[in-house]
Amino acid sequence: MSDSPPTRIKEIEARKLSVHYGRYTALSGANLDVYRNEIFGIIGPANSGKTSFLRVLNRMDTFTPGMHFEGTVMYRGKDLRDWRNLYALRRSVGVVFPLPVGLPLSVYDNVALAPRLRGVRAKAELDVTVEKCLRRAALWDEVKDRLGALGSLLSGGQQQRLTIARALSQEPDLLLLDEFSIAVDPVTTMRIEDVLKELKSEMTIVLVTNLTQQARRLADRTAFFLQGQCVEVGPTSELFSDPKHEKTQAYIEGRFG
Amino acid sequence: MFESTELNARNWRIQQGMRLLFLGMTLLLVLPVIIILGVLIYKGSPALSWAFLTENPTNGMTAGGIFPALMGTIALVLVALIASIPVGVAAAIYLSEYAPDNWLTRLINLAIINLAGVPSIVHALFGLGAFVLFFGFGTSILAASLTLAIMTLPVVIVSTRESLQAVPQSFREACWNMGATRWQTIVRVVLPNAVSGILTGIILEVSRTAGETAPIMFTGAAFFLPFLPESVFDQTMALSLHLFVVATQVPNVPESLPYGVALVLIGMVLIMNSASIGLRMVLRNRKKW
Repeated sequence: MSDSPPTRIKEIEARKLSVHYGRYTALSGANLDVYRNEIFGIIGPANSGKTSFLRVLNRMDTFTPGMHFEGTVMYRGKDLRDWRNLYALRRSVGVVFPLPVGLPLSVYDNVALAPRLRGVRAKAELDVTVEKCLRRAALWDEVKDRLGALGSLLSGGQQQRLTIARALSQEPDLLLLDEFSIAVDPVTTMRIEDVLKELKSEMTIVLVTNLTQQARRLADRTAFFLQGQCVEVGPTSELFSDPKHEKTQAYIEGRFG
Repeated sequence: MFESTELNARNWRIQQGMRLLFLGMTLLLVLPVIIILGVLIYKGSPALSWAFLTENPTNGMTAGGIFPALMGTIALVLVALIASIPVGVAAAIYLSEYAPDNWLTRLINLAIINLAGVPSIVHALFGLGAFVLFFGFGTSILAASLTLAIMTLPVVIVSTRESLQAVPQSFREACWNMGATRWQTIVRVVLPNAVSGILTGIILEVSRTAGETAPIMFTGAAFFLPFLPESVFDQTMALSLHLFVVATQVPNVPESLPYGVALVLIGMVLIMNSASIGLRMVLRNRKKW
């Protein structure tokens, strides 16, 4: 973890990004860059627009009724609106949302789904991917003897790790994690955090979290969102030790939120 | 330890009262079914025999069997299912999974629900005009089955759409978020979850199709035809119309005969329903939920 990002290639470049749901504005005028192969943390209280930012990156506005966004977001040098093939976009972006959705398929099929959607048929190849992703999500030891069990019947914390494994099985360029550890015990959370630190050599990670300490531990740079505004962005150590904005200071010290 | 208060006691009394009320209503619902089945078995079973199922009617339909009518009804139901299931299921998939939520979609949905309420005699006249006369199928199994298919389509569409909608939206979104196309999502997640519900809708359709009389009266069912149809362009006898005929149109029919016909008709529906339910359970077990 260093103050300067590993590369200066901009993976995401958001300018004047506003997100609306019908007449409700969830995020307004956010400007921020995410660099390739960094972990970018987003902290902030509820209703601050963190999740809305992630939803735009996967173009969830195309199937969420009422949702639309303004401004521009460049992803890998290309305006998100110019990605004609949204399926290709979404395959390159893995998402994990706080309410885990274990698909009503077996554990194996849950994790093998993304490779299969890409057209992978060979059983041996799928086996390798499934095991690798489940290990990375710290779930393998718990489910290796019952890969045929229904994913939707796992416990909440296990389903959350299952969705992490599923997102990793996409072999994404960009991994969006929204409160990935909300139902996961602290020890397992630490194991996943260690994996994330390794994974950033392969992908860019945007980490939305309510645990400011998690952002502090993991993120290379961090943004603070408040009431639909991006208040402050900076290298994590700077943001935590010397915040420019008094609201950031107050939030980090737990004085509100 | 715990003293029951007056409020507790009252809540308990209300709870028990409501439970009895709902139980009573359920029994009230079951009662007619039991009585109908009981009367049919009591009065119709003397007529039943292997010969009754496998022989032609004789003596001006006052004796003999119901073989042509039984076969005719099976043929009518099968052809109607072949026509209505692909169309109905495909339309329901479109409406549930693809159609944008706009006024046109809502109008189509409304039209389908209203179509389900159209009286069967109106469908019969439509079938007569469209299939018998306009398309020139004549009074035939094809015309009668297509009429039945049109009549049952709304049931298939509505029930299929309901079972598709019962699949949580979050499953679809999880798939879309991984880059799955709508079609991949439908095949891998939505349909496997909805298939048992879809089959239930088809069970309903079978029961209704087998028992309908009005729509086939003008379009393909014959009063009396002592031989089997050779193709879908032939007329056929049908159990429902045969029941109507022996019960009201033919003099000197022994009392057990119409009851026997009714018993066979109900038995046939029950057998088809059990087969569908069996299939449904197999599908559900294979999917393990």
